[in-house]
Amino acid sequence: MTKQLDGITRNLLTAVADLHDTPSGAYNLRLNGQSGGRRSTTNIQITTKEDKPGIDVHIKPGTVNESVHIPVVLSESGLTETVYNDFYIGEGADVIIVAGCGIHNGGADKAEHDGLHRFFVGRGARVRYIEKHYGEGDGSGQRIMNPHTVAELAPDSYLEMETVQIKGVDSTIRRTDAILQNGATLVVKEKIMTHGNQLAETHFNVEMNGAGAACSVSSRSVAAGQSQQIFCSNIVGNAPCNGHSECDGIIMDSAKISAIPEIVANHLDASLIHEAAIGKIAGEQILKLQTLGLTEAEAEAQIISGFLK
Amino acid sequence: MLELKNIYFQAADRDILHDVSLQIADNRFVVITGPNGSGKTTLARLIMGIEKPSQGQIIFNGQDITDLGITERARLGLSFAFQQPVRFKGLTVTDLISLAAGTDKKLSTAEVCEYLSEVGLCARDYVNREVDGKLSGGELKRIEIAGLLARGDQTKLAVFDEPEAGIDLWSFNNLIEVFTNLRTQSAASIIVISHQERILAITDELIVLSGGQIASQGKRETILPQLINIDYKYSCKGGARND
Repeated sequence: MTKQLDGITRNLLTAVADLHDTPSGAYNLRLNGQSGGRRSTTNIQITTKEDKPGIDVHIKPGTVNESVHIPVVLSESGLTETVYNDFYIGEGADVIIVAGCGIHNGGADKAEHDGLHRFFVGRGARVRYIEKHYGEGDGSGQRIMNPHTVAELAPDSYLEMETVQIKGVDSTIRRTDAILQNGATLVVKEKIMTHGNQLAETHFNVEMNGAGAACSVSSRSVAAGQSQQIFCSNIVGNAPCNGHSECDGIIMDSAKISAIPEIVANHLDASLIHEAAIGKIAGEQILKLQTLGLTEAEAEAQIISGFLK
Repeated sequence: MLELKNIYFQAADRDILHDVSLQIADNRFVVITGPNGSGKTTLARLIMGIEKPSQGQIIFNGQDITDLGITERARLGLSFAFQQPVRFKGLTVTDLISLAAGTDKKLSTAEVCEYLSEVGLCARDYVNREVDGKLSGGELKRIEIAGLLARGDQTKLAVFDEPEAGIDLWSFNNLIEVFTNLRTQSAASIIVISHQERILAITDELIVLSGGQIASQGKRETILPQLINIDYKYSCKGGARND
């Protein structure tokens, strides 16, 4: 990377983007509110926004087998920022976008990263978007992340979002709004684990406006300690389409999980399903793994790690 | 050697097992049979430590394991295949078989395939599948048995609770083969809870439970012919009897 990275930054980059070194292909590293390095390629141009913090990423039509990494690292306590990133994915492109935010807060002040990511997915394009959130540091300051994703899917395009928040984020409110045209597909796979007094809220609003649109929103979550999670999904079918949302939660200790699903069919041929299940780890699952020689704690850890895999 | 001494088990003020004593020597194949409600599954679960006896002692290889938990018994060499296999969201067949094998790292696809093939599953179709409700009862059952096989030499005593329940005829032939192979390839003792005549036919010893007590016990050649009469007794009104 352009700047010399310290150990904390390297750890955070590994946690959020599996990066051990400069990624191949296009990338933009945001480090404590400033640029930590950038590379554009022939097909993927990254430019700085002029009116507000953030970047525009333009991916040329037909770009295939390329990736963009845009990790964000906050390692200074007391830093609060809001970033606006827009992605324009050209027709027929097939790319992977890896985002992610890591916060190391060793101080008493809160560190907060809020982001608005907008995806304009061109006709027939395919995007796999991976976003990991991770927090660490033994300071008393809160680690806060509030991502907002807006996706507009042109006809026959495909967007798959994998979002993971496993550790260390004290408070998060995630919003995802998507509009799907004819034959467009949105797949969302969310994984969240909360501990202590953490709070995680996720809101999905998907509007399927074109014939043959499809969406699948699934959330797997584990809430432990005193933590609280709220899952809200609103899937609207305005055309012949298929929608599925699913919330699967494991609750532990004194934690709380709410699932608030809404499915709205405004067309006779809109087929919408919601499934939700919240409960503690089944006792028989623990027993089974104990018969293989695992302790109760080991069994619990295996069940959770498998569930969130 | 496994020894049960004067085992009692009560649930909801009812005697499920009443003064059961038995011994299972090393390297033996023993089938415990009896009518529904006779206490067979309870007895199997008591041996594994999933249930605790109200009274009595369980001795395994000279050690009193009555108060030991499931994990400790598993580490001493007891293995257990559940009658109703447990489903896991997220854990794959490879994860489960690897945990059973007790290795620190995941088994390779080839290693998992070896165990799955033994229970008649076309392995590559299964290694990455989750052990959840999308698998049929028969598939789950075979994976359960493959898990026990993967414990390998760790197993000194294997307990199968109604392994035939929920599997089809084809799988059943395969199941008989699994037991036959286990007998020849392993020094472990095997206890099978079963009603199935073909499993009864390959055992060394038979223990017949009725109404929570041992009705008869001995070599297969001696006990099997008597079962016709015992069956008649089971079919009396009221099902299992406390006699």
